[in-house]
Amino acid sequence: MIEPLIKVNDLSFEYKLNNKTSIPVLKGVSFDIFPGEYVAIVGHNGSGKSTLSKHLNGILKPSSGDVLVSGSNTKELQMLREIRQKVGMVFQHPDNQIVATIVEDDVAFGLENIEIPAATMKDRIDYALEAVGMSEFRQRPPHHLSGGQKQRVAIAGIIAMKPDCLVLDEATSMLDTYGRRDILNVVRELNDDGMTIVSVTHHMSEVAEASRVIVIEQGQIVMDGSPREIFQQYERMQQLKLDIPVASRLARLIHEYDEEFQSDLIRNNEIIQEVVRLSAKRGVFVG
Amino acid sequence: MSESAILEVNNLYHTYMEKTPLEYKALAGINLQVKKGECVAVIGHTGSGKSTLIQHFNGLMRPQRGEVLVDGQNLSDPKLDVKALRRKVGLVFQNPEDQIFEKLIGDDIAYGPLKMGLPLKEVRDRVKWAMELVGLSFEELKDRVTYALSGGQKRKVALAGVLALKPEILVLDEPTAGLDPFSRQELLDRIALLNKQEKMTVIFVSHNMEEVAYLAQRIYVLADGKNLIDGTPREIFGNTEILRRHHIAAPQTVEILAHLKQRGYSVDLKAFERESAAKEIVSILQPFRR
Repeated sequence: MIEPLIKVNDLSFEYKLNNKTSIPVLKGVSFDIFPGEYVAIVGHNGSGKSTLSKHLNGILKPSSGDVLVSGSNTKELQMLREIRQKVGMVFQHPDNQIVATIVEDDVAFGLENIEIPAATMKDRIDYALEAVGMSEFRQRPPHHLSGGQKQRVAIAGIIAMKPDCLVLDEATSMLDTYGRRDILNVVRELNDDGMTIVSVTHHMSEVAEASRVIVIEQGQIVMDGSPREIFQQYERMQQLKLDIPVASRLARLIHEYDEEFQSDLIRNNEIIQEVVRLSAKRGVFVG
Repeated sequence: MSESAILEVNNLYHTYMEKTPLEYKALAGINLQVKKGECVAVIGHTGSGKSTLIQHFNGLMRPQRGEVLVDGQNLSDPKLDVKALRRKVGLVFQNPEDQIFEKLIGDDIAYGPLKMGLPLKEVRDRVKWAMELVGLSFEELKDRVTYALSGGQKRKVALAGVLALKPEILVLDEPTAGLDPFSRQELLDRIALLNKQEKMTVIFVSHNMEEVAYLAQRIYVLADGKNLIDGTPREIFGNTEILRRHHIAAPQTVEILAHLKQRGYSVDLKAFERESAAKEIVSILQPFRR
């Protein structure tokens, strides 16, 4: 049997305001993430999804319950270093995780910490900057880069360390569509090469790329399934203050006028394939 | 200055770290005109100069070359009354919630009006007005602590703080980035309301083309610190060729239509609204009606 890479077991977490009051954020969450999975975690602002993702490499510790990474408990202090090497995390605001004054030094920072030999280091930096499309900026100071460019540098810093699992906590929310697509392509390639991906996001077209979606509401898992299953439940998603991809909306609209048009499509290219399929079937003249 | 423009940018340049090896030209001759009461979007690829440009609008940055005129005032004027300018032009940064520093919501929104030296009664009225405008209940939330709010609510508090100064021009940098779909739609509707009901001039920078399509009456497209094109959403999004060449996405509806067009289907790329895009696709699948 395959062991889960990350095991979340009855995880609860509360923020303590003072001795008397605490705000419960997560309430008994359990799930497993297996090697090679691509999991999207969605939920509206304040649902607890960011808090959840910060438990995956021990940035936050459970108030009760456990999080295990390859069997190591995030509560065990001496395991943290190993856990964080396995599970790398990229956040929403790159400013908070860029440390060096030159782009390539920033990417090197994490590598130096884990004592990568200098010879390998250059290759790793080349690979990481190339992967995020920032090679030509390697000598530039990060603070003069735009928000999207900084985020790409931050992602390069993590993937240079080649973790088993990459956690993206709304990491593309400050990027433009092309920037996001670049990152998504990088993430897809990393996943194809076997890296486990956990992506916390509000972009439903991004969710459509995942193999599995976990929906969080008020600190609990309310849905867990494939993107296609989840996005068929439009009304439920709206109740949860969430959306479905533009492609899904479009498919539903077209289906209303044309019953033969599949209504359960979730990606742009599926819409195009469906148009091609139907026009061939109906013998509609093209071109 | 043309008759009706409330904000005008003429041939504006800005270079970071000039005359060093790291010299970077962020703006290289930008021109822009915004009429009173308009809602204008500024779009462009990451690094195209959008954020640098809008930081000129309330005098945070002064023109190195070229000029910026706000309501007839030249921002290069050394005697410029910056305080008055910032009351006229309210700038909402990316992630404005990072700038919330008071413990209570009401106090945070009142900070600007208090600093203006307004009487307490007026401050209170403005805070109430601003909170209701962004959809926060004054009675319920004014004495609530700021740190226990969700991301969407914090963003609204920050926006209310700027609105309480009653700016004539509201400038927003990526107003909905990081918000969930529901909060995003809610905020967009509020901005639309400010523009229509309060006749506020709105200029916003966005990466999200769905949002641009929803809000903007006119769009400026920047590339490499220069003007590329400007026009109505239909004109701009219909021009997928030039957008693609400059790495600017169109709304997803247009992207889908453009793919179909490439394959030889006769669709109108200007149909960016979801309903009209759906109708375009329905029509190409009907052999006898064409």
